[in-house]
Parts: sequence; C-alpha cells; structure tokens
Amino acid sequence: MDKFHQVGVRPVAISVDSPEVTRDLCEKAGYTFTFLSDPKAETIRRYDLVHAGAGINGQDIARPAEFLLDASGTVRWVNLTENYWVRARPEQILEAAKSLR
Amino acid sequence: MRKINWPVWAGFLLSVIAFVSYPFVFARWSMTRDFPWANLLLFGIAALLLVIGVRRAFVPGQTHPKRSKIAASLLATLSVIVLGFFIFSTFIMARWLPASHGAPQVGQKAPDFTLTDTKDKSVSLSELRSSPINGQNPKGVLLIFYRGYW
Repeated sequence: MDKFHQVGVRPVAISVDSPEVTRDLCEKAGYTFTFLSDPKAETIRRYDLVHAGAGINGQDIARPAEFLLDASGTVRWVNLTENYWVRARPEQILEAAKSLR
Repeated sequence: MRKINWPVWAGFLLSVIAFVSYPFVFARWSMTRDFPWANLLLFGIAALLLVIGVRRAFVPGQTHPKRSKIAASLLATLSVIVLGFFIFSTFIMARWLPASHGAPQVGQKAPDFTLTDTKDKSVSLSELRSSPINGQNPKGVLLIFYRGYW
C-alpha cells in the first residue's frame, strides 16, 4: 500500500462488513489503509455493484470492483472483473495512476 | 489383517485437499488464483493415485472382498464429483456476477458518500479526496469494493 501513497493515491476499501469485523480482518492481515463499512449496501447500490443475496447469510453484498478517481472525484480507471477470483494487480493500478496529476 | 488400499484413500484425500486449498491457500497469490493450475495439478496427482488404487481393487485372479471393490469405486466416484464441483465453482459460478452497467465509467464523477471507518468515524469521499497523504495533497483515490468476509 505504500506504493500507492508514494504516487499520491489513497486506497479505500468498501464492503458491507461492520467496522468491528473489518477491524479484525485488518489486524490479522496487517492492513493499515482506510476501510469503510456500507452495511445496508446503499453506496454499493449507488455504484450499481450489488450482488443480491450472494453473502454467506444471503445478504446483499458488493461484487468486486475497483475505481481510480482523480482528486476532483472523476473516474479515471475502472476494473469490473468478470471472474470473482481474478482481481486487478497492483501494477495495473499503479500504471493507471501515472496519468493522474 | 486386511490390507488397506492406500492409493485409493490417498487419491480421495488429495482431491479434497485440492478443492479446499484453493480458497484457503492458493487464492492468496494472484499467480495461483487467476488460473487454478496448482489445484488442477493436485487433482491430476489424485487421479493417478485413484487409477492405481481402483486397478488394485479390481485385479483379476486375486480374491478381493466385494467390499473393497465397492469402497474403491465409491471413493473414486466421490473424487470425480469433487473435481467436477471444483471446476464448476471456479470457472462457472465465479462468473455469475451482476453486469453492473450502471457503475460509474471513465470520465464520470464518482457518486459522493459518507461511510464509517474502522475507528467508527464518519468519512466522506470529499474528505478522502482532499485530506493530505504524508503532508501532500492526494492525486487520487482508489476505491476497492470487495465482497466482505462474513
């Protein structure tokens, strides 16, 4: 994640998990960047990323997606993976971040 | 004492390990996650063991109790089912993702939001875009939406 800070990009992870659950995850995995909770999937819905009923308990969750925004909030790069297991690699994102000013 | 047909058991156990190790072990590294070749390799070895084991149980000319033939066939069949389910879930089910046509596209403004962070503090997208990183203004924000773990 330091690589992102070095290029001036702030990573922010969002899911329906509660802050408590996320704290646990971050402690175990050693993540130090910002993690936000969207328990009712409201923001997830606004971004059209709802994966209905796909949660372990049948709740609505987010489908995986990454958006690189510039400082004005405009989307500059999007990754909507077709396969849940295949995610964007940090190198791809860092490459896209080079075009940000 | 009846000899245990270890290849058949090893093959079955390895099939189960090949299945379970994907989400719990190999999914951690993109090299083994993007295409599950390591797991398919384990399934391949398991298949070899099962073939050896099933052949042993059915060798003509030796009297094997019927039970061992049934056991061997059953374990082999179960292993094939495990492999089938693995292929189905990693190649087919994994693509059952919503189309998300309405998601913000390149050039569009990302919708603003205010959510709670791990310190139970409310944070807005505008704040994330503007609060300094290491004393400098951020050049951008990377939003990573993920499924969550619970």
